Amino acid sequence: MTPQFNIFKSIDKTVLLLFLAMVTIGWFNIFASEYTEAHRHIFDLGTSYGKQLVWILGAFVLAAAVLTIDIRFFTSFAWVIYVSLLVVLIGVLFFGVEINATRAWFRVGGFAFQPSEIAKYGTILALASMISRTRVKKPDISARMKAFGIILLPAMLVLLQKDVGTTLVFSSFILVLFREGYTGGLVLFFGVVAVSLFVLTLIFNEFIIIGALAAITLIIGFLMRKKSRVIPQLIGLFMLLAVFVYSVDYTFDNILQPHHKARIEVLVYGGADLQGAGYNLHQSKIAIGSGGFAGKGFLQGTQTQFNFIPEQSTDFIFCTVGEEWGFIGSLVIIGLYTSLMIRLLYLAEKQRSVFSRVFGYATTSILFFHFAINIGMTIGLVPVIGIPLPLISYGGSSLWGVTLMLFTFLKLDAHRFEMI
Amino acid sequence: MQIQHNPGQFSNRRKIVAGIILATSLLLLVQLFLLQIADSSYKTSALSNYLRYVTDYPSRGLIYDRNEDLLVYNEAHYDLMVIPGQVSELDTLEFCDLLGIEVAAFESRLLQARQYSRFRPSVFERQISKTTFAAFQEKLFRYPGFFVQPRTLRKYTYPIATHTFGYVGEAGPNVISNDPYYRPGDYIGVSGVERAYEEQLRGQKGVRIRMVDVHNRDAGSFQEGRYDTLAVAGKDLYATLDGELQLYGERLMQNKRGSIVAIEPSTGEILSLVTSPAFDPGLLVGRQRTRNYRMLQNDSLNPLFNRALMAQYPPGSVFKIINTLIALQEGVINPQTSYGCGGIYHTTGISIRCRSHPSPVNAITGIQYSCNTFSSIIFQNTINQSKFENIQESLQQWRDYVTSFGLGSPFGSDLSYELSGLVVTPDYYDRLYGPRGWRSQTILSLGIGQGELGVTPLQLANMTAAVANRGYYITPHMVKAIDTPDNQNNQFGLANNIEIDREHFETMAEAMRRVMAEGTGSFSAIPDIETAGKTGTVQNPHGENHSVFVAFAPVDDPQIAISVVVENAGYGSVWAAPIASLMIEKYLTREVNRAWFEQRILDASFLTAHPEDAQ
Ligand SMILES: [Zn+2]
Repeated sequence: MTPQFNIFKSIDKTVLLLFLAMVTIGWFNIFASEYTEAHRHIFDLGTSYGKQLVWILGAFVLAAAVLTIDIRFFTSFAWVIYVSLLVVLIGVLFFGVEINATRAWFRVGGFAFQPSEIAKYGTILALASMISRTRVKKPDISARMKAFGIILLPAMLVLLQKDVGTTLVFSSFILVLFREGYTGGLVLFFGVVAVSLFVLTLIFNEFIIIGALAAITLIIGFLMRKKSRVIPQLIGLFMLLAVFVYSVDYTFDNILQPHHKARIEVLVYGGADLQGAGYNLHQSKIAIGSGGFAGKGFLQGTQTQFNFIPEQSTDFIFCTVGEEWGFIGSLVIIGLYTSLMIRLLYLAEKQRSVFSRVFGYATTSILFFHFAINIGMTIGLVPVIGIPLPLISYGGSSLWGVTLMLFTFLKLDAHRFEMI
Repeated sequence: MQIQHNPGQFSNRRKIVAGIILATSLLLLVQLFLLQIADSSYKTSALSNYLRYVTDYPSRGLIYDRNEDLLVYNEAHYDLMVIPGQVSELDTLEFCDLLGIEVAAFESRLLQARQYSRFRPSVFERQISKTTFAAFQEKLFRYPGFFVQPRTLRKYTYPIATHTFGYVGEAGPNVISNDPYYRPGDYIGVSGVERAYEEQLRGQKGVRIRMVDVHNRDAGSFQEGRYDTLAVAGKDLYATLDGELQLYGERLMQNKRGSIVAIEPSTGEILSLVTSPAFDPGLLVGRQRTRNYRMLQNDSLNPLFNRALMAQYPPGSVFKIINTLIALQEGVINPQTSYGCGGIYHTTGISIRCRSHPSPVNAITGIQYSCNTFSSIIFQNTINQSKFENIQESLQQWRDYVTSFGLGSPFGSDLSYELSGLVVTPDYYDRLYGPRGWRSQTILSLGIGQGELGVTPLQLANMTAAVANRGYYITPHMVKAIDTPDNQNNQFGLANNIEIDREHFETMAEAMRRVMAEGTGSFSAIPDIETAGKTGTVQNPHGENHSVFVAFAPVDDPQIAISVVVENAGYGSVWAAPIASLMIEKYLTREVNRAWFEQRILDASFLTAHPEDAQ
């Protein structure tokens, strides 16, 4: 440990530059998606890009503040932060305001803030703290239960705010758990099976699926009749899947809000409804597709400028990228994101403390989930789930949340040779 | 001190995680490649460098009257639109010549459109003529960025019910920024029924996506119309109005200031809503609208003011109907209770004049002769009832009765800009005189419908409908059915009950019948139609008194309840009552057989008198 530690020498420049590049690109695209000649002033606080500039400056202040904090703070206060964020999540249920049918916002003046974005941060801290303290070679059942509990608790609270998108983000922690040995490859495999069953259940009647599962179980059971030991496990597995299929059907009919249902239906059935939920997807595909190889140029996107895509500066910001910058722009954004994520993984693996490694993995997982789902939905690969593209989309909560995670990790990384 | 790098036993899994991330990025890139490069269907052809979104405007719903006669319909016209971002080299001189405008005007309009948006269409010239339209259509390819947008304008079968229908105007900047449905040049209902039923009338715009080449020529529909949406026509409305009765009412009110409101008591449907002076609804349509509107605004007779809903008068003697009903319900009097009247009523410090009539009078004859003495006594006795601890409590209960007739607040149905009227509260007198500073004689003028009371003609008609129904009213409204005549507009169907027994309303109906048969309204009795009425003369400190009359008919099966106010015309029995009588006759028999009686009204003019409005 050097007595005069210079954070700017130790901080990872690659991540820093990627961060700055993405925030800048994001702002120009927000500007393009909201631009009209009537509002010409960059600092007009009545516009999204004016507000975003304020959010970005705030993010820089936040980043600088995080870098000055003593790293022991993060480990010592992990649980305090986690618990207080849970309290805030409960508070927003009672005192928050509703925006876009989601009761997840606190409002101060013209700026709305979504605590669930910051809740991810608290969850990462708690998870990192818990895993780093579990000093066993292979996590036992109780450690696994703890880890799942830490993730599920805030996820459920966010679900109560009817914010399905953010709730799903918590599922990205499966990558962290996988890396740390808290889940096996089997879980990833069953994840794929579960998603497939989910989509199939929406297409077919749930009883047809359960019937098909029963038939498959019988066939496998018949083939493996010699190994009687396997039979109870097979039956257990079948019952588990049957319950899952049934509960998917129940969730879809009783819990999901109409607009979520419509969005999934659009993807599953190909979107016959062009007036409603299919509209976003089709307009967004036209916008991105019409960008071609080189794009139409900055502020020249006709789809973008016509405002045919709702929520374009937030969840559909990638349309502006695709239309105005073409395939080259898409390549740049995907390249920047992939570089950032791979760099973060590389740094995470270099960490000496488990805490820092888990933190790095969790940050990467969250970025990955947002990246895959957000871009995937604008090009019709996944259902339209309202989550932003971090660092690029309009919105302060998301920007600050990601800034907090990234710079906390950069801080941890800068001190990776110290004992924490 | 340094610690050991401890990757854990699952360190190999880092490769799987990195693999998942790289595979996903690759998958996204492949899909983007397909979308942006491989699939040409998302791009327009090499020549057509942009798409044009052509809006299909649905025709606005028509408005019929209660007998399904068409009153409001549409006529097609064309707007020349511009998308400034697409305007390029053009022969400005030829263009201006075609349109008949100056080059300077061309520049300034283009600038204005550019200030709104470079990419969205703005209106360049409104309602171009059919010949200009034809000339343009041929040469349009020479003027990139310009196109012609068909729209519709309102037309009216008769120049009636202007205030009720309201008008349609271009959506202003406020509307456009608050509601994404509206774009510059779009029309929106600004007032009246057009505003209240905007969503039903307007329908749903459709959008066709066309490919346009660099020469502003249509290069066909984009992706065979896969993304086009069809326009949905607006729904027709069936108004509660009786067009013929409305037309007749407006004729009768010519050269008079005032209003007529007629309601079908059993349904609350407004049969006619006349305000005078009025104006031709066609004045607020089309290019001349702004000019005409300014002219109407500057008219000293104030034709834009809808007196039927917005003029507020002290009710005068017609208010005796309510006070008598309250007294009967409270048991302060019974139908036999009678008091003598010597032409003047004295109480501590106050005298109220009456006219000469047979004495003594009871509830029925009190209404029949409109006796101020009887009204004053029963009002004082109502307020001074010993069951109340103080006058505040007592006046509050009286007020509750009064407001249950629909007075003192707007009905909030589908009528725009109703005034609430005024029914005084005990608080008001407490503030004026102090809590112990007022007694029943202080507020005695309320007993004869003067003082701190204000009613609109609509409220008067509704109060009369409540008497006709013997104790309830249905919220008065303007639209009977939406889309088809059978699709009833049920949102106003609930009965508003008044806590006064039916027998007292029967007594009141009898009293009002006698008003017409042998009382103050007998001059206006209608042959063969048994009518119940009540005259009123409203004191007007600014000039000649206002003539007021309310009535319903037939007494035993009421089909129509009506209020008439003629400002500055003097006694209710002389002008308002004959007008009501003609309206009832017209509605119930579809013709009027009293020629001289009708002519007398048509000839009368009260416009020259005093221009002051109702207070
Ligand atoms: Zn008298």
